[in-house]
Amino acid sequence: MKRFASKIKWSKYTQLLKTKWSKYTQLLKTKWSKYTQLLKTKWSKYAQLLKAKGRKHAQLLVPLLSILLIAVFNLLRDPSFFSVEISKNNLDNPVLTGNLISILNGASELAVISMGMTLVTAACGGQDISVGALGTIAASVFVKILRDGQITAGTIVLAFLACCAAAMVFGAFNGTLVSVFKIQPMIATLVLFTCGRSVAYWINGGATPTIESPLINAVGSFIPGCPVPTPILIVIAVGLLLGALLRFTTLGLYTQTVGINQRAARLNGINPTLIKLASFLVLGLCCAVAGCISASRLGLINHETMLQEIEMDAILAVAIGGNALGGGKFRITGSVLGAYAIQALTITLYAMKVPSTDVKAYKAIVIIIIVVISSPVVKQAISRLWAKVKENSQKKKEVAA
Amino acid sequence: MIQRNPLKRREPLTDTILLTTISIFIFFAMYFAAMQIWGAGFLRWQRVFDMLNDNAALIIVACGLTIVMIGGGIDISVGGVISLVVMCCIVHLNSGGTILTAALLAIGIGLAFGVTQGFLISYLEIQPFIITLAGMFFARGMTTIVSVKPQKVAHEAFNALRAERIEFDALGYFTKKGKLIPARAEIGVVVALVILLLIFIMLRKTKLGRGFYAIGGNSNSALMLGVNVKRTRFISYTISGLLSGIAGFVFMMHTGAGNATNAAGAEMNAIASAIIGGTLLSGGVGNVIGTFFGVMILATINAIVTTSGLSAGAPWWQEITVGAMLCFFILLQSVVLSLRGKGGFKRMIPKWMQGSKQ
Repeated sequence: MKRFASKIKWSKYTQLLKTKWSKYTQLLKTKWSKYTQLLKTKWSKYAQLLKAKGRKHAQLLVPLLSILLIAVFNLLRDPSFFSVEISKNNLDNPVLTGNLISILNGASELAVISMGMTLVTAACGGQDISVGALGTIAASVFVKILRDGQITAGTIVLAFLACCAAAMVFGAFNGTLVSVFKIQPMIATLVLFTCGRSVAYWINGGATPTIESPLINAVGSFIPGCPVPTPILIVIAVGLLLGALLRFTTLGLYTQTVGINQRAARLNGINPTLIKLASFLVLGLCCAVAGCISASRLGLINHETMLQEIEMDAILAVAIGGNALGGGKFRITGSVLGAYAIQALTITLYAMKVPSTDVKAYKAIVIIIIVVISSPVVKQAISRLWAKVKENSQKKKEVAA
Repeated sequence: MIQRNPLKRREPLTDTILLTTISIFIFFAMYFAAMQIWGAGFLRWQRVFDMLNDNAALIIVACGLTIVMIGGGIDISVGGVISLVVMCCIVHLNSGGTILTAALLAIGIGLAFGVTQGFLISYLEIQPFIITLAGMFFARGMTTIVSVKPQKVAHEAFNALRAERIEFDALGYFTKKGKLIPARAEIGVVVALVILLLIFIMLRKTKLGRGFYAIGGNSNSALMLGVNVKRTRFISYTISGLLSGIAGFVFMMHTGAGNATNAAGAEMNAIASAIIGGTLLSGGVGNVIGTFFGVMILATINAIVTTSGLSAGAPWWQEITVGAMLCFFILLQSVVLSLRGKGGFKRMIPKWMQGSKQ
């Protein structure tokens, strides 16, 4: 009897427990579904936002991807490639050394020039091939003024201003040919490309002058007490200046407008001639900065080898950065990333003990791979393939159902 | 008032013909001025043949580039291909190859570059500048991979062919002792002139040649007219590659030696001569005859600068003069074309040059 009663009680309890349990689970389920619903809506919102942002930044995908590719390749090849050490140089300053630093440092001139090149490309739909010659002319003026007197901080600033002025004069020459006489940029700059280095040789007086001073070392390599190479700091400063110029003035917007449709820009009250000229002036300033960095880094000027073939690398940086070489929309960040990608590739090849004369061949192969992957036709083919795969999997699911 | 034959209608003056005429006129004006001022060397036919001998390879390459530029593209790999061809052929000849296989090798390398670049540019729609730039890097890099050291041809039959000259007695001159020295031309010049003629005929008379002008002028309307734009563009780059291979062989016949910096800047020289000859980089306008005179104008400028002794103490004047002349030509073209566009040019030229307006 007792036993039976306990059984009844037990069943009662279990019953109770079951109902309560089901109640709780029900509650939990509704709550869960509510939360998931909320999460889903929130997630879709975020996804949408991410997609929109992604579309905005999709241009940076190519340079970032190429940098990532090179980084992964180096990680597989030799992880010590990434090591950065602090050592003392011969002036007893603590300095950062390592492959990463030499990439950042070595690409300084290229990064600065590719910033200006992006603007010219966007405004004119063509490229300036005289940047190497222009930088050499600017550097020659810089060195000539420094050699004429004592090298102090004041004369360095003066020489820099003078070389900026010279570069702007030649930039204005290019710009006038392009904007006023409506000559294609590549042909207009062919003039300076042919004779620019000779003009620099003329300024140098037929020699390869050298400059030596601790102050020049501070500009070209390291400021005493600061472990970061100065060219990197200069690039950051130029980047910030140019970024501020594009953000706080209408130059960027106008440049895009002129690049997309010149006639429409004119009808909207923008003067395309002025905008094109301005882009060449900015490029001239960039060349002057690059020339000064290069001259103070080496401490001498050789008009034939200085900034050699940098015009090709700069155009490449603009293209890898996802900017259309036909003008229009542009992103300076993309070009700078492209410049670093090119330098990373070069340093990687050097680290693999490839002779410096052979580097070009391997570089060409990598460039072609990157460009082919990012070409519109290949992109379309891949997306078509992807759609087909998706369709097939859906069909399989349907069949299974 | 000029009597016009109604049956024989004059063709209107096109941009191509106008720009070519200007460059031909300027070449002769410059050359005759040089004859008047410096005399001596310029009075002899040998000077003209020297200019041709030195620039045979450049003429061939510039012809290929003209076709590409008429089609609205650009090919800057030509200089690299020349240096690669020279290096490969010399290594091949020195390791026991024959002249025929070397020539085939040259043509093969050129075609390989042309076909690859043409495919990537026309069918994958990648910007020509980038692809041919990569082609230039690749060719220059491969040149040093093949051989870093400068090489010299040590192949007897080839050296005999190299020394072969075509002599023109009628164009020669007499020395003070009364001995006739005939004008001498290299074999490469004949090759260059034959190629020039062939391309001239192709551009004027064949469907393909007119296709180049069509896709360069407006590729959309060319497509609607039934021109296979992609294939035409592909062929233009293939021809350019092939011609740069041949130019490499001609270059080797001229120099007989190869090093890593062979034909440095040949691409820019070729582009400059095409432009001086009246080819527009925007496409649709140009002519190989103009390009030929473009090459000759550049050669004349160089000859004048050397003869006048301007570059003796100051080597920079040579390039600065070339640059200034280039600037002058570019400006002239721009002004002429813009005046024509506004109709102002019609009033400036005599009536008989205008042609009928229908």
